[in-house]
Amino acid sequence: MSLLEIKNAHLKLDDKNILNGVSLSVNKGEVHAIMGPNGSGKSTLSYMLAGRDGYELEEGEILLDGISLSEMEADERARSGLFLAFQYPVELPGVGGMSFLREAVNSRRKFLGEEELDHLGFVKEARKEASKMYVKDEMLKRAVNVGFSGGEKKRFEILQMAMLKPKVSILDETDSGLDVDALKIVSDGVNAQRNNDNAIVVITHYQRLLDYIVPDFVHILSDGIIIKSGGPELALEVEKNGYSGLINAA
Amino acid sequence: MVATQQTIDKVKEVTSSYKYGFITELEAEKAPLGLSEEIVKFISNKKKEPKWLLDWRLKAYKKWLTLDEPNWAMVNFPKIDFQDIYYYSAPKTKPKLNSLDEVDPELLKTYEKLGIPIKEQEALAGVAVDYVFDSVSVATTFREKLADEGIIFCPISEAVQNYPDLVKKYIGSVIPIGDNYYAALNSAVFTDGSFVFVPKGVKCPMELSTYFRINEQNSGQFERTLIIVEDNAYVSYLEGCTAPQRDENQLHAAVVELVAMDDAEIKYSTVQNWYPGDKDGKGGIYNFVTKRGNCLGKRSKISWTQVETGSAITWKYPSCVLKGDNSVGEFYSVAVANNAQQADTGTKMIHIGKNTKSTIISKGISAGKAQNTYRGQVQIQKNAMGSRNFTQCDSLLIGNQCGAHTVPYINQHTPSARVEHEATTSKISEDQLFYCLQRGLDSEQATSLIVNGFCKEVMKELPMEFAVEAQKLIGISLEGSVG
Ligand SMILES: Nc1ncnc2c1ncn2[C@@H]1O[C@H](COP(=O)(O)OP(=O)(O)OP(=O)(O)O)[C@@H](O)[C@H]1O
Ligand SMILES: [Mg+2]
Repeated sequence: MSLLEIKNAHLKLDDKNILNGVSLSVNKGEVHAIMGPNGSGKSTLSYMLAGRDGYELEEGEILLDGISLSEMEADERARSGLFLAFQYPVELPGVGGMSFLREAVNSRRKFLGEEELDHLGFVKEARKEASKMYVKDEMLKRAVNVGFSGGEKKRFEILQMAMLKPKVSILDETDSGLDVDALKIVSDGVNAQRNNDNAIVVITHYQRLLDYIVPDFVHILSDGIIIKSGGPELALEVEKNGYSGLINAA
Repeated sequence: MVATQQTIDKVKEVTSSYKYGFITELEAEKAPLGLSEEIVKFISNKKKEPKWLLDWRLKAYKKWLTLDEPNWAMVNFPKIDFQDIYYYSAPKTKPKLNSLDEVDPELLKTYEKLGIPIKEQEALAGVAVDYVFDSVSVATTFREKLADEGIIFCPISEAVQNYPDLVKKYIGSVIPIGDNYYAALNSAVFTDGSFVFVPKGVKCPMELSTYFRINEQNSGQFERTLIIVEDNAYVSYLEGCTAPQRDENQLHAAVVELVAMDDAEIKYSTVQNWYPGDKDGKGGIYNFVTKRGNCLGKRSKISWTQVETGSAITWKYPSCVLKGDNSVGEFYSVAVANNAQQADTGTKMIHIGKNTKSTIISKGISAGKAQNTYRGQVQIQKNAMGSRNFTQCDSLLIGNQCGAHTVPYINQHTPSARVEHEATTSKISEDQLFYCLQRGLDSEQATSLIVNGFCKEVMKELPMEFAVEAQKLIGISLEGSVG
């Protein structure tokens, strides 16, 4: 059974068809990459999966570990193990990074029937993970994403992923805005979390990321539908020739 | 205003018994309904007050008769019938309910969320309880400890008996009896409240909390508090309670006066959570408070920090009169209004001395159909050379039916002074909510987190334990405000 199953997803925003029958199966232990031109519906797909208000399916179905997500609110889906690293992480003025992380982690733990971490235990764990992402303690004291640089925001997203240990992670353009060193840090952080029980979907425009996070499958999304799937070589083809050839062939 | 026949009869009965010296045995539970000169005398007699205080009350009563209810605040409510209120009830009136089963289940849910022990729940909800409050014995040891330092902390009625000179000197010195309609009313009929005196050079070693004040039952309606801090002394005072309190009295009109001498500092923190009424505001408390601090001494400092979440109507402007040169006034406020609540709150900073400084940080949160108004006055008088004020006034709206209003008044009579005012209005964005939900927080947790983030600058001014409770409280009072 797939860990994440998207069946014939259709979605409209403001009466405009954005997703036109996306189907995708992601198994445990796999990494999938989704590429596609600007405006092809990649972020929309991620919001739809995460259960954002207004992104309800018109038609189709999505299953996480065999359980239908359609009736679940965004927070339930998250607690069930679905994680989205945002293309544009959102600022939360006055909300300290450490307290935010703790609330999030404890919500997930509670759902899993695990004991909530006490304050000290949590801080220790968070600092350990943060240091792997080169996130300084000082940054955890600041308000979530407020005044963070683009790269800092992305590292903080992956830190959250590491703390929450989701089943399925969708990383929406986590590589955009990263310098060479940060790209390596973030990729290492993601790779460290790959295991046989979870799965990762990376949305990207650049083959470069896929040198670091090597995918098992690459899919091309165009106009709200997957027009081609293949192995890592498909990303190289896009890099070389762009999307137009693929789109015309479809 | 004419006293009702009931009042007159009752007073006759009481005063005639008094004549024969039976007053101590008299266990009248309540003064008769309504307000008159006789009622003022009745209260004063009941409390065995000295003549000067009775005269003072009567003067206030006469002044009150000449005043009109203020109508400039942005609040709407049916006219209050001041003859339909009981102005005195003995401390031992029987609670109305027999068990928690009779209490509004919504209220019980809130108690549970705040983690309040059953026994305290009973007391708060007004259920008959037959055990002695632990807090009474705690309070006694507490007071002894303070007495060792020369600090006086007692009910003001006790201070009137034991420290009449201090009370006489300072009561009404910050808020004169005719200051405003509700202050005049309070001066005429106040029942009890706190008295604090910290002598020269003493830093009060612990937070003084109303929780530890004996004899506070039924003093809530017309409370009167007086805090005097001498040269180089310090006190931090906590008022209120995070647990929602019910009260059979709808109208509350408290007066709080603070006096700080040279280099003295007073920190006054309030968490106000009176019953706000049901979703339509029915049954909620009207809270009309006058609070003012006098920075009398050089380099003295008074800080007001308030978290206002309760009451159907809040009318409240804790203020500072900065008389002493180089004195400092601060006002940190969070006012939450949900459902049909109306809050009109803010502060006045009156700069009189040279180089005086004031800071105002106000955070207003509106949800449901609530209206939340910040009203602030900054006055820089002629001789207040080099004085400065900074005001920051932020409003957060949750939903589309509520309102936030900012009404600053600035009077500056000295060119060398600097007054800065910043104001913002924002909404909890859909992006912020979704981001939190995506991390597994439910929408109530998310709202609470975002709102507490918005209030952070104020919350950090609260004493630690108080802040933790206040955070929970803000979350709870906004429950159901986000879909
Ligand atoms: N509320 C909306 N109403 C109508 N159209 C919308 C709405 N939100 C997004 N769209 C459109 O949906 C399409 C898909 O947008 P989406 O953000 O999913 O693209 P994307 O593939 O993530 O692009 P990029 O590579 O630039 O991030 C775009 O054409 C966008 O303008
Ligand atoms: Mg996108």
